[in-house]
Amino acid sequence: MSALDLARWQFAITSLYHFVFVPLTIGLAPLVAVMQTLWLRTGADHWRRLTDFFGKIFLLNFAIGVVTGIVQEFQFGMNWSAYSVFVGDVFGAPLALEAMIAFFIESVFIGVWMFGRKILSPGLHLASIWLVAIAVNLSAWFILAANSFMQHPVGTHVNSANGRAELDSVWTMLTSSTALLTVGHTMAAAGLTAGLLVAGVGGWWLSKLLREKRTEEASGYRPAVRLGLGVALTAACLVIVSGHSQGQLMVADQPMKMAAAEGLCQTTDGASFSVAAFGDTCEEMADTTFIEIPGLASFLATNDATDTLAGVNDLAAAQAAAYGAYGLNGSGYIPPMAATYWSFRAMIGLGLIALLFAARGLWCTRTKATAAEQIRFGQIAPWLIPAPYLASLAGWMFTEFGRAPWIVVPNTSADSAVRMLIEEAASPFVDGFALTTSLVLFTAVYGALAAIWFRLVRRAVLGGALDAEPPASESSEPDHLVFAY
Amino acid sequence: MEPTALQIVWFGIIGLLWAGYLVLEGFDFGIGMLLPILGRSDSDRRTMINATGPVWDGNQVWLISAGGMMFAAFPLWYASLLSVLYLPVVLVLLSLIVRGVAFEFRAKTTSAAGRRAWEWVIAIGSLLAVVLWGAAFGNLVAGIDAHALFANLVITDGKADLTASTLVPMPSLSVLISALNPYALFTSLTLVGLFAAHGALFLALRTKGELHQRAMTAARVLAPVVLLVGAGWAIWTQVTHGPAWGWAVVAVAAVALIGLVPATRAGRDGLAFALTSTVAAGAVVLIFASVFPKVLPIRLDGVDISTAFDTTIALGSSSAPTLTVMLIVASIAMPLVIAYQTAAYRTFSRRLGTTA
Ligand code: HDD
Ligand code: HEM
Ligand code: HEM
Repeated sequence: MSALDLARWQFAITSLYHFVFVPLTIGLAPLVAVMQTLWLRTGADHWRRLTDFFGKIFLLNFAIGVVTGIVQEFQFGMNWSAYSVFVGDVFGAPLALEAMIAFFIESVFIGVWMFGRKILSPGLHLASIWLVAIAVNLSAWFILAANSFMQHPVGTHVNSANGRAELDSVWTMLTSSTALLTVGHTMAAAGLTAGLLVAGVGGWWLSKLLREKRTEEASGYRPAVRLGLGVALTAACLVIVSGHSQGQLMVADQPMKMAAAEGLCQTTDGASFSVAAFGDTCEEMADTTFIEIPGLASFLATNDATDTLAGVNDLAAAQAAAYGAYGLNGSGYIPPMAATYWSFRAMIGLGLIALLFAARGLWCTRTKATAAEQIRFGQIAPWLIPAPYLASLAGWMFTEFGRAPWIVVPNTSADSAVRMLIEEAASPFVDGFALTTSLVLFTAVYGALAAIWFRLVRRAVLGGALDAEPPASESSEPDHLVFAY
Repeated sequence: MEPTALQIVWFGIIGLLWAGYLVLEGFDFGIGMLLPILGRSDSDRRTMINATGPVWDGNQVWLISAGGMMFAAFPLWYASLLSVLYLPVVLVLLSLIVRGVAFEFRAKTTSAAGRRAWEWVIAIGSLLAVVLWGAAFGNLVAGIDAHALFANLVITDGKADLTASTLVPMPSLSVLISALNPYALFTSLTLVGLFAAHGALFLALRTKGELHQRAMTAARVLAPVVLLVGAGWAIWTQVTHGPAWGWAVVAVAAVALIGLVPATRAGRDGLAFALTSTVAAGAVVLIFASVFPKVLPIRLDGVDISTAFDTTIALGSSSAPTLTVMLIVASIAMPLVIAYQTAAYRTFSRRLGTTA
């Protein structure tokens, strides 16, 4: 494997891993804050216990999210130094803003929330979790604006004197339509992730307690389940609406990605949407297409089922004409077809499953639902927890694979000199030995952490929210340790 | 090319962020390293971890900010430093990862043996992080040896032929090995000693009773060691790399180091902590003063040849408009950060004790 391939594997592994924890942090922080608010407003004990219970899961998740994020930040300089030099003027800004404006708030106030329960007034303690919830969502905006810059650079130009990209307006970059839609879609995905986790964990307990005929205790979990499902249903709708808008924007900004997502070779009028196609090239895929829905791809792209959708071969030829030959007939400009095609479908399919489940779950847990209905729901609910996770991973694979071979996709309606191929982006001084070492070490440490994390979360879940006495503080320190003067 | 005022200001800001990181996270590292030494019982160790528990995560963001701002303001510096020192940086990151999760994992582990294991992870992770940061800073100051960087360096009459644009990089391993040179390791040793004392003093400030006494004793024992090693490092750095005004920094650090001995003897935990903080900040100032105006010095047999690669901050910085916008944002955001972080520290300023 070449040094470039190793660097790509490392980036893919570490960022997908980081993103396992990110959506739950983004989605669960506001949910825990809502639970704590409900507890303060209603005084109902089950909300206090649920806050503690989900707070514990949140903290475990947050801890890994933070440490893996640090790797992401430094990796740009370590593995992609040519990229960092080329776009640092532009790309560094949102990263610096993210640290100053979002990470400080989230990390300072997570400490305040964790340890401050007995010291602060309830109002201030509640304010600290809300600050965390707001800051994690802010951080998403900044980093996604940085990523959106790579998909569709705006507010920048190349300085011909030194050949580096320079920033014209950070605000333009932060508020580009690519960035805002991506933020909306990712936040909705996070809400879906957290909603189904709360519903899945709560549902598991609900059904267990109902089966054991502990109806009184079981009713303590119902509000959490309903809250989770309500959030999940809303979020699933938002994911679809925002995703559809992203698709339309993509046809305009990154037509190659959409053509790859549909496995479309030639420019076609009224392109159909297929549910499955096999092979690595669009020609192979065209021969093995299953269940085609005529006009749907065109409709998704432009809301008009008869519209023209560009195919990868034509787009590649156009790119070769504009940016120079790359591969035979410009075929180097075509992203990995199967990965793009299938990740798109996996994301959408999992999203639709999640939507149906959330709707069905709300019905099964309505006030008049029978115990049998709720038990059946609760038995299935935990199995849907992974769905949004997998959808998010697929979503990122789609976004990033579909961008290949570009690391910065040229923006034809702005300065298209702001563009870079992945193969030009790597660090010249980092060799295969260094990359193999780091890839092996990161993967091994990440793997071990995941296993331990899973065990700890599982134990926290099995500990339950309602029957056990809640710990004195979220850090589960024993009571004999007190703050004293 | 001379750096502009804006570039110098940004260089200073990045220095301040690193100073903030080392002063704040320094005592977290220190307490981590001292965990097996001062924490005799489970409850001692719990108290020690609780002394930094509420604040360490916020302290670490100083590092993330330093990295982000370096990226935004000096992309060339960020990119060359991190890619040339690739393997040392990987090791730093790994130690920060395992140590970071260990705090949370320990809190959620119920068995005593499990908690003990995580405490060792915190201790070793902290020590390793400090050693590696020391080595990284040592290399930033002393520069990378050109022999370790280029396989086909041609030297004629004692001068490297850098006109050859076809210089072939050496294996990364050779940089790692050359990074562990005597000066870099002495920097590590200095930081280990300093942070141990710094951590002991923070612990003393946050506790009472027996643990407080033990922490003060540790600080008392460490003070003369820190004085010796610290003074040695400061003079070594200043003589070999520092600018003339660096002597002023050395003088301030010397006063603080000397004062540390009587201050710890007298049990003045607050004063002594202020002194170790001063020394830590002074070390960063000296490091940045020595580097200026370079991005990453490359030296051939002790002689700086990095200008041949055009890697000064003047050439490695972002454009003036970017620096200006970021400066405006930073001058609004950072005072706010400092204000609420201070408030958080005040919230947890009460001394921890056990009522057992
Ligand atoms: C959509 C959201 C999102 C995405 C795409 C990324 N992150 Fe992230 N990151 C977060 C959302 C987030 C967060 C929600 O703010 C985290 C996750 C868990 C957490 O604890 O905070 C976080 C933590 C986190 C931290 C630690 C912050 C702290 O100490 O509080 C750093 C340094 C980064 N991230 C950096 C990155 C970089 C350089 C990325 C690009 C590859 C990246 N993240 C992708
Ligand atoms: C956390 C969410 C993210 C995930 C899951 C993700 C996923 C991926 C994947 C799977 C690849 C490999 C693609 C390939 O090998 O062709 C990749 C590459 C890359 N991504 Fe992302 N990405 C994420 C966020 C980001 C962000 C926010 C940035 C920039 C700020 C970014 C920058 C890159 C870079 C520099 C590469 C390497 C070039 C490449 O191989 O394509 N990614 N990412
Ligand atoms: C069900 C209908 C959905 C549609 C039509 C849709 C559409 C899209 C599109 C077009 C993109 C690519 C954006 C780009 O590259 O510019 C994308 C990316 C993404 N999707 Fe979806 N999506 C759907 C569901 C989901 C679900 C259910 C999740 C997760 C719970 C999800 C998570 C993501 C993520 C994390 C990304 C990468 C970030 C981004 O580019 O926004 N999506 N989606």
